[in-house]
Amino acid sequence: MKEISSAIQLIPLENYIVLSIALFSIGMMGVLFRRNTIAILMCLELMFNSVNLLLTAFSAYHSDPSGQVFVFFIMIVAAAEIAVGLSIVVMMKRNVDSVDINLLNRLKW
Amino acid sequence: MIFLFYLLSAIMIICGLAVVFSKNPINNVIYLIVCFLAMAGHYILLNAQFLAVVHIIVYTGAIMVLFLFVIMLLNLNKAIILRKSTVTRVSAVITGGIFFLVLLAATRQTFEIHARYPFASDFGLVSGIGKVLFSEFLLPFEISSILFISAMVGALMFGKKDV
Amino acid sequence: MVALNSYITLSWLVPAFPLLGFLISGMAKNRLKNNQAGIIASILVSLSFLMSAFLFFALRSSGQESATVTLFNWIAAGDLKIPFAFLIDNLSVTMMLIVTGVGALIHIYSIGYMHGDDRVNSFFAQMNLFTFSMLLLVMGANYLILFIGWEGVGFCSYLLIGFWFKNPAFNYAARKAFVMNRIGDLGFILGIILLFFTFKSVGFTEVFSQAASLHSGAPLVTMITILLLVGAVGKSAQIPLYTWLPDAMAGPTPVSALIHAATMVTAGIYMIARSSILYNLAPVTMNIMIILGLATAIFAAVIGLRQNDIKKVLAYSTVSQLGYMFLALGLGAYSSAVFHLTTHAFFKALLFLGAGSIIHAMGGEQDIRKMGGLRKKMPVTYFTFLAATLAISGIPPFSGFFSKDLILSKAFENNPLLYILALGGALITCFYMFRLLYLVFFGSQRLSTVHPHESPRVMTFPLIILSILSVFGGFLNIPSLFGGDSRFGEFLNKSIISAITEELGSATEIGLIVSSLILLSLVILYAYRIYVKKAFIPVADGVSTNIFSKVIEHKFYVDEIYSAVIEKPFGSLSDFFFNKVENKVLDPAVDEVGILTSKLGNLVRKLQQGNMSFYLFAMVAGILLFIIFILIV
Repeated sequence: MKEISSAIQLIPLENYIVLSIALFSIGMMGVLFRRNTIAILMCLELMFNSVNLLLTAFSAYHSDPSGQVFVFFIMIVAAAEIAVGLSIVVMMKRNVDSVDINLLNRLKW
Repeated sequence: MIFLFYLLSAIMIICGLAVVFSKNPINNVIYLIVCFLAMAGHYILLNAQFLAVVHIIVYTGAIMVLFLFVIMLLNLNKAIILRKSTVTRVSAVITGGIFFLVLLAATRQTFEIHARYPFASDFGLVSGIGKVLFSEFLLPFEISSILFISAMVGALMFGKKDV
Repeated sequence: MVALNSYITLSWLVPAFPLLGFLISGMAKNRLKNNQAGIIASILVSLSFLMSAFLFFALRSSGQESATVTLFNWIAAGDLKIPFAFLIDNLSVTMMLIVTGVGALIHIYSIGYMHGDDRVNSFFAQMNLFTFSMLLLVMGANYLILFIGWEGVGFCSYLLIGFWFKNPAFNYAARKAFVMNRIGDLGFILGIILLFFTFKSVGFTEVFSQAASLHSGAPLVTMITILLLVGAVGKSAQIPLYTWLPDAMAGPTPVSALIHAATMVTAGIYMIARSSILYNLAPVTMNIMIILGLATAIFAAVIGLRQNDIKKVLAYSTVSQLGYMFLALGLGAYSSAVFHLTTHAFFKALLFLGAGSIIHAMGGEQDIRKMGGLRKKMPVTYFTFLAATLAISGIPPFSGFFSKDLILSKAFENNPLLYILALGGALITCFYMFRLLYLVFFGSQRLSTVHPHESPRVMTFPLIILSILSVFGGFLNIPSLFGGDSRFGEFLNKSIISAITEELGSATEIGLIVSSLILLSLVILYAYRIYVKKAFIPVADGVSTNIFSKVIEHKFYVDEIYSAVIEKPFGSLSDFFFNKVENKVLDPAVDEVGILTSKLGNLVRKLQQGNMSFYLFAMVAGILLFIIFILIV
């Protein structure tokens, strides 16, 4: 326990912020980059996780457990969203027979 | 300890980039799982033990498995490799880079935040989280169960052949 | 007699009856049959006449000079307070009697004349509307109500002149009348505005009581009177705005009788007589009126010498007689002018109605060179027409003699030269009127395809009434020379302030009368010799080679001058604006706005192609911009 407390002390907060931002932008790059719907959903997960990390880091540095509870809720929401999102992907495959995201273009003028 | 941090961060970033740039969907999932394991390591570094375990169980154990199920269900590993046009991909990378820089610039002022010493040694334990969860955050906790039910119903509805 | 007040409150009935007739005939246009519209219209106008007569007797017996009836407060804005009020005094009640009396007779006549026309109901509706507007004009208690009636009669005259609108020439004539009236109206409006600025009110009583404090010759009053004169020139067809009157003969003959002989053209005379106090303060304007009136009288008489259409002859004679009325107004003899207006209404309406009877009998023929010998076939028409011709020539004891003689003697008082010129005009009038009479009624019938017969009784009855009035109407105003007491003149002088104070000596007056009578009889004999003894028929159009005849025949080319100097430049300006500005600049500009909007829409539409990747990009770009914006600003 004591080691863990001292371990936290050693790592400055900026590192976590930069790491989180890097992960977030990588995730965003992935969302714009990939054409496969499932891959897009995975990159979305990456973005979620970066936010989780940041929240936990702040919560640790303020000794406030509310941050970690919030991460908990984010995980809940992410799980629900993935469930629904993947069923949409299944339906999409059934309708247009591919998971290419550019084929979903009926919502036009 | 810093060394551990840098190691875990490096693994995360490399795996993240691999998620973005790999072609095979299964490879994608594997890289993401490794990424999540590194994330769990970070949680432990931050003394959020409960969260680390929950992270592994929920994310790695449930969500990624779900991904694998769907990929195999849809037979995607035999699909044609889809690629966007070069212009789009280059612009996506550039946009990501710009985004990174902008956010970095935006959060520059937070670098002066100092931590509040000393850290409580038991604040990441289950009991600590449980206390806060069931007192302050009781309502969201209960409502999240409704959220799950609606998600289940939604997923089931989408899964049926004739709606 | 009954008190004035009880009748005064009912004075709104006088214009209300014709208005009711307009509404009935106008709204039930398709349901009234045969003569029903005409009978309703005539009855209503006759009721107005009875009401006016009641008002006349009530006013006379009450001893009051005038009474004002306010119907409601119309405009109350700051300094400007204009109630919708009627002023019942001697002048207005006289005009009311003329308008409704002659109007009723003409309405009865029109029942016969317009029988069988397919738009006869509209005709009576428009005639009633005209009567209503004219009554508003003469009964108004301020200049604005007068102006409402002024505009109303101009509009109805447009409707009625172009009544047979299928003929484009008639439409042109109607438009011409309206536009020329409009030019006068502009002056009138400016005059009213100036009036308001000077006197802070437009009501008659307020303006006239304030005007008494101004001194004669004040430039403001001169300006006001000149502007009002412009209005009167347009409405009463003086030089230079008279060319619409002969062209207005395109309308049905009862219209010519009512509007262009008895009522509308006299509106200008009435307005100037009403503003007599203002005009007395502006001797410059009075001189202008003298010159204008005399010039018009002679000019129109000369043109009338060579006209061959029966209605055109009468039209030019109307313009000429209006010139005499203007002359009288310019001399300051306002009541004489109104008296001449009254007698003119009688005999000119009679002349026009008689002409209508002739045209009806000749099957629509209007050229007098083709008529002749109608004396035996249409006796009633002949005798009434003869009575009117004698009246207009100024032969005693017909009414025209008294009124014209009054004007001539006042002219002599001012300047003997005026008298000589006016007498010359009277002689020319006598000549062409008798020329008309002889060519139409004497000799043998020159057109053999028609079989003229006397008009039905509904048409001859008004002729007879009007002839009685023409013969005996002069006795209303017998001057002191003959032992009378000028009752009509005195009656009017209670409302008008005349400017003449001197009286001619009786010897001079008798001398003037005798000399004019001798000259008139010589003219009548001369005309008889040419047109009856020698049976001279005027030549066909365009044949005469004499330069004078040519110029007079073409009415001194006034119409052509106007067309070249005013109409053509305006026409080409309007064409220019239409072709170059409207079609090339304004229309495309407006179209472009619409096209631009649609192009913009097309552009924006490309944002929503349904392309998911593009949406994602847009989201990221939006967030980026937002963050940058917050960072920088």
